[in-house]
Amino acid sequence: MSAVPTTSPLQARRRLRGRLGDLSLHGLTLAAALACLVLVGAIAWKIVALAGPSFDRFGLGFVTARAWDPVKHVFGALPFIYGTAVSSLVALVIATPLAIAIGLYLSELAPRGVRGIVGSLVELLAAIPSVVLGLWGILVLGPFLAHHVEPWLHSTLGFIPLFGDPQQTGQGLFTAAVILTIMIVPIVASISRELFLGVPSDLEEGALALGATRWEMVRGVILPATRSGIAAAVILGLGRAVGEAIAVTQVIGGGTRIGWSLFPPADTLASKIASSYQGAGSGIETSSLLYLAAILLVLGLIANLIAQVIVRRFDPLRGTRE
Amino acid sequence: MTESFTIAPVIDVAQVTQDSRPSEREVVFDIHDLTVSYGRVTAISGVDLQIHRNVITAIIGPSGCGKSTFIRCLNRMNDLVPGARIEGQILYQGSDLYASGVDPVEIRRRIGMVFQKANPFPKSIYDNVAWGPRVLGMRKELDERVEKALRSAALWDEVKDRLKKNALSLSGGQQQRLCIARAIAVEPEVLLLDEPASALDPIATSAIEDLMHQLKREYTLVIVTHNMQQAARVADLTAFFSLEVDETRRSGVLVEYDATSKIFTNPSDKRTEDYVTGRFG
Repeated sequence: MSAVPTTSPLQARRRLRGRLGDLSLHGLTLAAALACLVLVGAIAWKIVALAGPSFDRFGLGFVTARAWDPVKHVFGALPFIYGTAVSSLVALVIATPLAIAIGLYLSELAPRGVRGIVGSLVELLAAIPSVVLGLWGILVLGPFLAHHVEPWLHSTLGFIPLFGDPQQTGQGLFTAAVILTIMIVPIVASISRELFLGVPSDLEEGALALGATRWEMVRGVILPATRSGIAAAVILGLGRAVGEAIAVTQVIGGGTRIGWSLFPPADTLASKIASSYQGAGSGIETSSLLYLAAILLVLGLIANLIAQVIVRRFDPLRGTRE
Repeated sequence: MTESFTIAPVIDVAQVTQDSRPSEREVVFDIHDLTVSYGRVTAISGVDLQIHRNVITAIIGPSGCGKSTFIRCLNRMNDLVPGARIEGQILYQGSDLYASGVDPVEIRRRIGMVFQKANPFPKSIYDNVAWGPRVLGMRKELDERVEKALRSAALWDEVKDRLKKNALSLSGGQQQRLCIARAIAVEPEVLLLDEPASALDPIATSAIEDLMHQLKREYTLVIVTHNMQQAARVADLTAFFSLEVDETRRSGVLVEYDATSKIFTNPSDKRTEDYVTGRFG
């Protein structure tokens, strides 16, 4: 096995053109990646800078102040933080079990033909523009909730302060939460479906071979193995719910009330910005709206970071995949 | 065409296992004319076989001859494969496994299985073994049950100080023994092993084989293996499957079934002889 002498030199022959391709590929992709970074930085910087006057006037107390009065030039974020928190959390509480159920059905239980059809229908739901969903919320969902669901909740579960007197208009926190639910479910459902499909089938067989039923297999193996991924998906959904402006603005009614009942009108950070920015009367009001935007930005970034940390640190399936 | 493969002689199990207790001769699985197909592809056809209590039966044969398909019929794991069709009859202690009204979940509880690739759950060692008993409601004296299963699987001494550790931290051979412990923790009547040592090194393999000899006293064992030496070392009876090809189709068939020593030293069929002497496969 003697070495075969090479007849051609080993130096690169396609010197210029080949290298040019490599270089421009590297440069273009790097520029694209950097552009994202620069954009996030620029947006954050601009918002913080414009929020400056409001921050100087109200300080961190802005976050816990309840008043929003453009006439007296007194501004505070608490009603909107409350509106954002309540509408998003209610949406998550409704959406999470629903989305997990859809994901399980599509990955484990549905017959093959049904999987594709129902799967694409669920993703179609995510494709509805939010302004269209908001219109539907005004015309159909709001009145339906106000005339049927809210009275029923009030009469059966009225002893819980969450379910106070129903609204007449259908504009309110609860309608916004249901609209957000519709927006989150497809996201969480399709991520969960992928997660469930990713559970190695030999784990499922191992459970079934022990005499477990399908439900016991799902509860004992599939859900524990995917719980961190589901948590991350839910937090991504939360990010979506926290940031959604248009559809929420259309159905939430507007207001600065803070109270137990889910039904009255309110505002979220995003809906307040969307509805008030155009008509903001004074510099300090505009600046305060940007202060709200800065809070929203921070919440969004935190949600995203938490989701990433959960996925990286707490994956129970680490080590089972090849 | 299956006629030519039918195994006429009745095997004297008592002689094979050097044990004359009458209960030892009991037939656990009585399989008649078993044909399995996936869609249009026939995996095995016309298999007749009897599997006896407290005996290790090995299924050997070249790749693609339907060994795994066969063993997965015995606890209805093939039900999970879309398009799988099973014809013929499998009697388990006299009752038809595929009769309507028979619950595959109950079958799998009584007929345990260990797979080719160790598949511990991503949980602690303890929770892996306790998983089956918990699901099946055998919560009384769970600690004792887990310890007994781990001892039976010859793993207790290696893991007793780290039962709360994740099972995935164990070595491949330990993981496979953990899977055996998990399977016997629910006290099955039969243990099916589908190439349990194919991914293991020789030392881990020998540990699994020693274990099988011990388990034989309490369980009926069926092992699929592509390793002939392994069959020769552990099995009392050996069934040789082969791939039969003619113009229209190819499918696995049972060629010969006899005492292991006879299969390896004096097989009656030419194809068996070719296979065990290494001329084929």
